[in-house]
Amino acid sequence: MKDETKTTPKKKKKKQEFSGVSSKLMRKPMKRCFPIFLLPMFLAFIIGFVYPFAQGIYLSFCKFTTTSNAEFIGIGNYIKALKDPSFVHAFWYTALYAIVSLVLINVLAFLLAYVLTQNIKGTNIFRTVFFMPNLIGGIVLGYIWSMIFDGILSRFGTSILLETKYGFWGLVILMCWQQIGYMMIIYIAGLQAISEDMLEAAHIDGANGWQRLWKVTIPNVMPSITICMFLTLTNAFKLFDQNLALTGGAPFETSVNPDGTLSIIKTTEMLALNIYNTFYGQSSSSRGTGQAKAVIFFILVATISILQLRSSKKKEVQQ
Amino acid sequence: MSADKKIKKRRSSKGAGKMSLTIVFAIVAVVYMLPIVIVLINSFKENTFVKTETFMLPNAESFVGLDNYIKGMTFGNYPFFLSVFYTTVITLLSTFLILLCCSMAAWYIARVNSKFCKIVYYLCVFSMVVPFQMVMFTLAKTSDTLKLNTPWTIPVIYLGFGAGLAVFMFTGFVKSIPLEIEEAAAIDGCGPLRTYFKVVLPMLKPTLISVGILEIMWIWNDYLLPYLVLDRNKYMTIPIHIQYLRGSYGAVDLGATMALIVFSIIPVIVFYLTCQKHIIKGVAAGAVKG
Repeated sequence: MKDETKTTPKKKKKKQEFSGVSSKLMRKPMKRCFPIFLLPMFLAFIIGFVYPFAQGIYLSFCKFTTTSNAEFIGIGNYIKALKDPSFVHAFWYTALYAIVSLVLINVLAFLLAYVLTQNIKGTNIFRTVFFMPNLIGGIVLGYIWSMIFDGILSRFGTSILLETKYGFWGLVILMCWQQIGYMMIIYIAGLQAISEDMLEAAHIDGANGWQRLWKVTIPNVMPSITICMFLTLTNAFKLFDQNLALTGGAPFETSVNPDGTLSIIKTTEMLALNIYNTFYGQSSSSRGTGQAKAVIFFILVATISILQLRSSKKKEVQQ
Repeated sequence: MSADKKIKKRRSSKGAGKMSLTIVFAIVAVVYMLPIVIVLINSFKENTFVKTETFMLPNAESFVGLDNYIKGMTFGNYPFFLSVFYTTVITLLSTFLILLCCSMAAWYIARVNSKFCKIVYYLCVFSMVVPFQMVMFTLAKTSDTLKLNTPWTIPVIYLGFGAGLAVFMFTGFVKSIPLEIEEAAAIDGCGPLRTYFKVVLPMLKPTLISVGILEIMWIWNDYLLPYLVLDRNKYMTIPIHIQYLRGSYGAVDLGATMALIVFSIIPVIVFYLTCQKHIIKGVAAGAVKG
């Protein structure tokens, strides 16, 4: 694995220089087949991504209820979005959730992966079981868990929809259940790539189990740890289905704005759901704000992804 | 002698430690499966008992046999089997379209490598970091105006929005295939189309499986895109249907809903158990690259 990542950039360069000369034989007939090969995907890509994306950027500077009656108003939407208390609340709620789930999911997934690579009996069955929830869709998961939580909480005369902390921890439990198996698979791949010789050498040098874990195993699975951390982080920020299905933002709170107007804060609403509710909530006049929120959200998620790309590239150079 | 004993002792204690680990993990695994078991149990209970006795096994009073399953298929304003049908159609058509068009496009991009190809490629990579909320409103409007809002045409939207990851993964793989094989085919008189289908496509098989699994998992479970794009009165998918039942909280038969959830999980679990090896491989590949 490591050797591959090291050598691919060099190889690629060589090939590109090469392909210009030697593929002339194929290039011309291939170019003639452009409508068959590239065009279908390209047209769909324009319809499904490029055009909606560009229009989305434009509309974030407009006042509109549908795409046809847009009126340019400058950065007013962005100011409104950043001043919206529900958006600010959703941001901090999402950030808190992201940190808690990041720590819990990665620690537990690493623990499972570590034990499952110690040659214990039944490893394959355990792996199968732990990974299974990952395939069930977010909406169905939300329904299942809300039934379970309500089954427990109704004995104490309450419900997951009544308190913010129940909604928060409920979501954390749900996401742990779903994602631990996924991260475990990545950790197992990382752990299996460590050579036995290195661990054995540490053993002979007198390192105990704990020292071997901290000084040999963990530094060597650092690439997997980075991948998993960023995956859980982006998953947390993009979370929508599970949030909608488990609590849908309940319980609600009203708060008084500085200018005297009332605003409703859905206390368990995360960023993606907040954007959705701004678009398709009661008033269609706030769609401009919604689009501005979506652009801010996009910049946030894109920044995290770019940081991930950079950090993984740096690692490759170091190795 | 004593050293020998020591080694034996250590070995047996190690074995015992591993045995106890297995037992602990067996218990954890059982607990891990409990949520699914609870749904299964509740799908055999009468409506009112689902809420009051969530964690009890069905008894003589609450047990209704397969009634919930029979009722579940048709109850409510919208028959569930239609949702299953549309979800299957959308998933299969979209996955097929993505695999075919994106692998073709990726081959063209990797081999022709013109400026235009590079622009398309980097746009695809860029599209991978854009969250759906960014384009959801405009995408729904665009698909409405172009009449792409039926289960038979929504695959075009999936192809457009899902192209990024597929093109990225296919291009990466095509670049690792030696060019000489295709050149040999060209010298032997193969046109680009025949070269592609007879030579390139068979070599792409492992990546086709990985990408196919990632797309199937995404589209089968996707909620928001079909919810916004499809004509909601006419067409529902399984996630839309489940969320719709949840929205009418308490007003619908909970026992029957549990039966529907079991119905929607079964195909996923069967799919998982039959191609587990490929799924785990595909997921790991997608994670490392995406």
